[in-house]
Amino acid sequence: MAKLPKKDELLQHKFDVPKTDWMDTPVEFKPGTYCYGAKAKNLEIVNFPNARDWSPEDEDWKLPEDWKGTIIEGISDYMSKYRSFRLFMDVCVRCGACADKCHFYMGTGDPKNMPVLRAELMRSIYKRYFTTSGKVFGRLAGARDLTEDVIKEWWYYFFQCTECRRCSVFCPYGIDQAEITIMGRELLNLLGLNTDWISGPVANCYIKGNHVGMEPQAIMSNIEFMIDDIETITGKRINPSFNRKGAEILFVAPSGDLFAEPGIFTCMGYLMLFEQLGLDYTMSTYASEGGNFGFFTSNEMAKRLNAKIYAEAKRLGVKWILGGECGHMWRLVNQYMDTWNGPADFLEEPISPITGTKFENAKSTKMVHITEFTADLIYHNKLKLDPSRNDHLRITYHDSCNTSRGMGLLEEPRYIINKVCNNFFEMPEETIREKTLCCGSGSGLNAGENMELRLRGGFPRANAVKYVQENHGVNVLANICALDRASFPSLMDYWVPGVEVMGVHELVANALVMDGEIERTLDLRCEPLPEKGVKSDV
Amino acid sequence: MAELKVGDRILLLDEDGFLDNAADWDEEVAHVLATTEEVELTQEHWDIINYLREYYAEFGVAPMVRKMLKDTGKKQSEIYTLFPSGPGKGACKIAGLPKPTGCV
Repeated sequence: MAKLPKKDELLQHKFDVPKTDWMDTPVEFKPGTYCYGAKAKNLEIVNFPNARDWSPEDEDWKLPEDWKGTIIEGISDYMSKYRSFRLFMDVCVRCGACADKCHFYMGTGDPKNMPVLRAELMRSIYKRYFTTSGKVFGRLAGARDLTEDVIKEWWYYFFQCTECRRCSVFCPYGIDQAEITIMGRELLNLLGLNTDWISGPVANCYIKGNHVGMEPQAIMSNIEFMIDDIETITGKRINPSFNRKGAEILFVAPSGDLFAEPGIFTCMGYLMLFEQLGLDYTMSTYASEGGNFGFFTSNEMAKRLNAKIYAEAKRLGVKWILGGECGHMWRLVNQYMDTWNGPADFLEEPISPITGTKFENAKSTKMVHITEFTADLIYHNKLKLDPSRNDHLRITYHDSCNTSRGMGLLEEPRYIINKVCNNFFEMPEETIREKTLCCGSGSGLNAGENMELRLRGGFPRANAVKYVQENHGVNVLANICALDRASFPSLMDYWVPGVEVMGVHELVANALVMDGEIERTLDLRCEPLPEKGVKSDV
Repeated sequence: MAELKVGDRILLLDEDGFLDNAADWDEEVAHVLATTEEVELTQEHWDIINYLREYYAEFGVAPMVRKMLKDTGKKQSEIYTLFPSGPGKGACKIAGLPKPTGCV
């Protein structure tokens, strides 16, 4: 694994005009900026083509014999299936509005990380094989031949895009760069080219229902462990529910919350909230993953992995589905699930059993985001809250790219945080809400071997956190995404030491006054709470 | 793929030095994996390794770090003293467990 550079070394890149034209600038695989290649065993599990062990460092990538025909046929196929793809290939006017909006461009200074140029890596091939001007005028018309070097360049740069869609907010034509990256990755998968960090979780999820590869006994044992801690903190023993037929609600969380810190504290928050409400819910040990790394391989794979959520809802006979704090899960629920795996006509339109609120926005998917559910509870005064228990925390909130730009969930998390905490500070306006800056590790880039890339891509976000740390003494970065919770701790430790990472429902449960609980002296991490009235140092 | 020579056997390792096939693991393999981590195995190391092996046999996955600390009675800093690369990349690697994957 590449050695991690020091902070000032990561900030030395220039934004100069490159010496050579982009078509004449060969791709350079810089250590620390790319992931390992997908393993044969993981591709075989899901019947992906050209399963073999390979390394991006090898000269020979062991491409299938007619790889060129496969790619051109693939482009043609996707053009006919996805009108957006052809549109985005055709309509760009190279205005450059997107160029400096990408966190990877900001963090690397590599022109091929400008969204416009990253798209051009694909567009040049489209032009050469699918447009008359490109066929006749070639390079003059921005076209180039498809070669193995182009495939390597695609692989390097389409796995340096987190599909965050910040650039699309600024594009006057609304070109969605994530769609182009998604198509690029689809095409690469036709040749067996993905990363180890994506294909491993996909294989795990296909066999066991979640990315971590937890079997039912592991999930239940982890929850049992959390319940022990909750008992220590509150004096109350929680009764979880697994695979219970006839429950009203199926709850689906991202598997990171069932396994790793700090996600497990968010999960403890869900459990405490449901217990206090006496909610009639159950968790499936098979639909044990809200996230979907299949989405980072192909549309079809994402659909296959996502199918288990409705399948389990049907098997268990629930009325509707409640989903946890996950990022890309919600983009998929909001934009794809209904047409992939629906219609979910065996479910009912979600109604909160506590407040009677009908979640109109979830009419077709039958799936409600937990912050919508909790914000509604608080709005109707159904929770007793003591926000002073979070007084030692000075909080800022990171909008996950997928929940903000992918589903427009902007107000609910903020509403909750403001009700359960007394010290909330927004980062600068151009870095939040629909303009939020990516964690730098999304879309399956949260591996270990590409840490330099993650730190570079996450730098703009970290810089905004640093701003509120310096101006408001912020010490907590709250979020509603498991990938954020997995990736931010190392980003914060590197760029903004002293900032902890917490899910919103960890904050909720710290403040939640439960019936019959003992006086709280510990927070959800089993750390002593400061005495009443003691504020944090600023 | 990198290789690990253990006696007469040649075992495959992934890029981070984890066993490619968890079934290849035995105590002799652990000793050789420990040298790749520059760790000399003592009884204290073996207590952790045996715990991880037993947990993995029952649950098919590594334990949560917090659970590992509670079950072994160790502090996180003590794990790092024993296994400088940490609970995952140090202890789990030597115990022959696969790397955790996903949003972790």
